[in-house]
Amino acid sequence: MKKKDKFNHKDSQTRCLSYRKRILEISQKVSALHLGGAFSCLEIVDCIYFGLMNESKKKDENDIFIMSKGHGCMSQYVVLENKGILTKKNLDEYCTAEGFLGCHPDLGNPGINASTGSLGHGMALSAGVAHALKIKNLQTRVFVVLSDGELQEGSTWEAMMMAANLNLDNLICFLDHNGSQSFGKTKITHPKFYPIKEKIKSFGWICKNVNGHKTNDILKSGKTKVKNKPIMVICNTVKGKGVKFMENKPIWHYRSPTADEFKIAVKGLKKIKN
Amino acid sequence: MRDKFADVIFEIGKKDKRISALVADISPAGSMVNFRKKFPKRFINCGVAEQSMIGIAAGMALQGLRPFCYTIATFALYRPFEMIRVDLCYQNLPVTIVGMGAGLIYSTLGGTHQSIEDLAVASAIPNMTVLAPCDPNEMKLATEWCATKSNGPVYMRLGKKGEPDLTSKAIDKFEVGKIRYLEKGNEIAIVSYGTIVSLAFELSRKIKELHDKKCSIISSHTIKPFDKNGFKNILNNHKKVIIIEEHVKNGSLSDKVKSFCHEQKINNEIFSFTLKDQFYHFYGSYKDLLSKHGLDVSSILKKLSI
Repeated sequence: MKKKDKFNHKDSQTRCLSYRKRILEISQKVSALHLGGAFSCLEIVDCIYFGLMNESKKKDENDIFIMSKGHGCMSQYVVLENKGILTKKNLDEYCTAEGFLGCHPDLGNPGINASTGSLGHGMALSAGVAHALKIKNLQTRVFVVLSDGELQEGSTWEAMMMAANLNLDNLICFLDHNGSQSFGKTKITHPKFYPIKEKIKSFGWICKNVNGHKTNDILKSGKTKVKNKPIMVICNTVKGKGVKFMENKPIWHYRSPTADEFKIAVKGLKKIKN
Repeated sequence: MRDKFADVIFEIGKKDKRISALVADISPAGSMVNFRKKFPKRFINCGVAEQSMIGIAAGMALQGLRPFCYTIATFALYRPFEMIRVDLCYQNLPVTIVGMGAGLIYSTLGGTHQSIEDLAVASAIPNMTVLAPCDPNEMKLATEWCATKSNGPVYMRLGKKGEPDLTSKAIDKFEVGKIRYLEKGNEIAIVSYGTIVSLAFELSRKIKELHDKKCSIISSHTIKPFDKNGFKNILNNHKKVIIIEEHVKNGSLSDKVKSFCHEQKINNEIFSFTLKDQFYHFYGSYKDLLSKHGLDVSSILKKLSI
């Protein structure tokens, strides 16, 4: 198995800047795009692919990525484009009749390991994959990105309980906790959603709490390994991160910017430093 | 059927490492003790958590395993419906959902435990195959097919236990996707599936006794896909076709057959006997509850013109 080269945080920051620019470019062709939720998890997805996942020549031993928050798949698409798994043409044809990439990931497309999009499915699916890997005596791990909204689905907690019962220490989840949902801030709309960390720990998981835009924090927590325990990294993030007028504004969950807004957004992009 | 299913899955599991069993903590799953002891990693009691049972099975199937999800039919299909639709059917994964004690079998447990519209619900989803074997032998063959041949999701409706042998003298072999003649007569055909095929035999005996006519008895164990050629044959060779179903009319086999007749411009006389579109708050034996829905020999005979 190929060990990761040392992760370069500055390179990651440069990549994330280019991802944001690329997604904004795509937003000018397609109106249906979950921009806010993609921007909140870009650093997480980049760290997983470039800093955590092992790649092997044997397909069976490659670590597996599952985008449980399917609506954030644009963050995965741009990373897969960077890695050459998806092509520029594939992304240029996003949500067009000529292409095959849609607003939610589809199993069978290059680099996509599960069809997601309906919230609350990814945790059980990932637990099943992780358990099957154990049955097959493989060291392969499963990396999952969840939205905080998915923690409002009972099915996520069902599966978390079972993942802990099955001692799935090959399951590493990252919660994109942007704290924002359609009706506003979760802490206002659903105050009893909190505390999250205590709830997760009480389900038998190892749980870390980090700034989800700082790659050194994400990487360090993602490397946690405790025998027989699944890992959850709560990544505190900002919805729409990187474009000031989009940050924490629910409307940017689904809207694409106008031509004028696009210019302002691109002009304002900066590297997000640790 | 229940105990035999446990034996069958154990035997298949011995030969094929991909076979796994997921249950949702129901006592009948206790019959799977052999599988659980011999293959502890491939047996998962998911707890009373049907949604994650389906999701976990989907994840295992993504890794090349062939899971069976086993619980009481209502809980196997209705509670995790969206997981079945998205995780299994949308991704087209070879997972078999075994809906045990389907139809009215749990007559004294009430409507919460009676799956009277499961075939309609399961058939509505693209990629899904729907099976309803009538006796332990058919169940064995159906299960073996699910384990080794199926390329996508299957919903298999099973009875409970103690079903009589109805197929050891069958005329046709069992083949998924094809109707199967269990007995051959002329003029009248009785088509049914699942546990209630035994009522087709009772009815056939009574018709013989009263009218001296031998009926064909057909097990339509595959509800989806619909066997067009098989039904064409039945309709061409019998003037009257009686369909008996332990299922409501909406989305029933009867509806499919009638729609097929309309398409094909076939004008056979079709007598359809299904469950009523009604929940009965009634607690009696399985036979009592079937009678309440008009599914017994005397009620059926009253509505037939032979």
